[in-house]
Amino acid sequence: MIDVTKIRKDFPILKREVNGKPLVYLDNAATSQTPQQVIDVIVDYYQNYNANIHRGVHALSQEATDKYEVARQKIQKHFNAKNSYEIIFTSGTTHSINIVANGFTTLLEKGDEILVSAMEHHSNIVPWQMLAERTGAVLKVIPMNLEGELKMDVYAELLSNKTKLVFCNHISNALGTINPIEIIIDKAHAVGAAVLIDGAQAAPHVKADMQKLDVDFYTASAHKMCGPTGEGMLYGKEEWLNKLPPYQGGGEMIAEVTFEKTTYADLPHKFEAGTPNICGGIAFGAALDYMNAIGFEAIAAYEHELLEYATQELLKIEGLKIYGTAKNKTSVISFKIEGLHPYDIGSILDKLGVAVRTGHHCAQPIMDFYKIPGTVRASFSFYNTMDEVDALVAAVVRAKGMLE
Amino acid sequence: MQIKEIQDEIVDEFSMFDDWMQRYEYMIELGKSLPLINEKFKTDDNIIKGCQSKVWVHAELEEDKLVFTADSDAIITKGIIAILIRAFSNQRPQDIIDADTQFIDEIGLKEHLSPTRANGLVSMIKQLKLYAIAYQTQLN
Repeated sequence: MIDVTKIRKDFPILKREVNGKPLVYLDNAATSQTPQQVIDVIVDYYQNYNANIHRGVHALSQEATDKYEVARQKIQKHFNAKNSYEIIFTSGTTHSINIVANGFTTLLEKGDEILVSAMEHHSNIVPWQMLAERTGAVLKVIPMNLEGELKMDVYAELLSNKTKLVFCNHISNALGTINPIEIIIDKAHAVGAAVLIDGAQAAPHVKADMQKLDVDFYTASAHKMCGPTGEGMLYGKEEWLNKLPPYQGGGEMIAEVTFEKTTYADLPHKFEAGTPNICGGIAFGAALDYMNAIGFEAIAAYEHELLEYATQELLKIEGLKIYGTAKNKTSVISFKIEGLHPYDIGSILDKLGVAVRTGHHCAQPIMDFYKIPGTVRASFSFYNTMDEVDALVAAVVRAKGMLE
Repeated sequence: MQIKEIQDEIVDEFSMFDDWMQRYEYMIELGKSLPLINEKFKTDDNIIKGCQSKVWVHAELEEDKLVFTADSDAIITKGIIAILIRAFSNQRPQDIIDADTQFIDEIGLKEHLSPTRANGLVSMIKQLKLYAIAYQTQLN
């Protein structure tokens, strides 16, 4: 069970007011808030052992290197990767995806097919479109139904021996749908295709097991799971990471450099050119510690309660429609009120201290699918309360009254 | 009236409101009541794409003055457009180029002009100025 009163005390930002009202933070799918435990780790780094890593022989550098590598092991353990060097530190999911998309430039041929789901974030569409343009590969879309679930029968038909890559998010940022990635991965592997799962939205809610999933690539962003911005990870199976060429050249990623030829460093350093976000990596590890101490099962159960209650209460508002009604979904509610623009609702909600996201959520194809300009999206985290759900509903009712 | 005088007038009007509710209600009223643009000008060419709300702007030179018409699919955005049109339309291009938009801040609507890409307003003001520059060049 979650003791939400106790948990909220860990998050200094939740005490603040916005526009004279207590902050009701319901934009967790965009970024999560940071607990004091993680803030302390960030402060400790800059106060006590800030140094460049993997190079210096001095004490601070050793200490920073140790803590950074311990963080990598924490991430490995959390995602149950076989080896710690299969965890690449990145600036976030977008960076992670670009490493893979760039790497496949040398592995694809004209006419090869890559499949992408219809409910992707722009960051899991555009890099693949660019890859398709570079290589002459063909990008095909796995469609979804009106509830916001992937049409798995069509997916099965799209797969063939031409399919080289499949990418899909674990959980949709705009709809909250939890995709059946186990089946997606198994079916792709059956035709010899590699699979990248964008875990940016899933990682804060469910613990994904890399070995059990047998996934080829998986991504996560620290800032969506109580960690800092500008930090994330790419998991890649060793065999795949060895096949991919480096993404960026620079320091850290080399073994030996002469002007004639450079040999690349081993994993994971091959993909970690330049001085990384050292503090960010260490804080990412601390964020995982924090969330694991609460427990992902408890988090998922509580967030599900929030989802159910909020869904029930919001649907009482006349003219309100929820987009994304998959049977298996996480604590994200995307909605629109008939005749009202999401931007107008969001602007008034902000005045009432309620932070939500409005717009297309960087997933324009989804909005085109539903033929709407965008939605209002409330996304809940384990530190939100039932009272905050009530505050959201009251604010939406008030906005509706003002706008109609 | 000069742009600055109109802006001062708008600031005066808004100073009568006690809180944001009244300001927003006023803007929503403005947004609802004003026919802002001829439908035939609501073309893709005239659209300014913000991240969320669409804004259309059309400009026409009448003698030495530039007349703007505009619209948006979001009502609060439309209300602000009404305010901007009041301040900038029917003015000489050079005066539009020289004018600032500080008054938006003074009437408590600053957040709508933050560069968050949340609406097309920042781009809209830029577009008004670009039209003014283009027509000023013509007049020269």
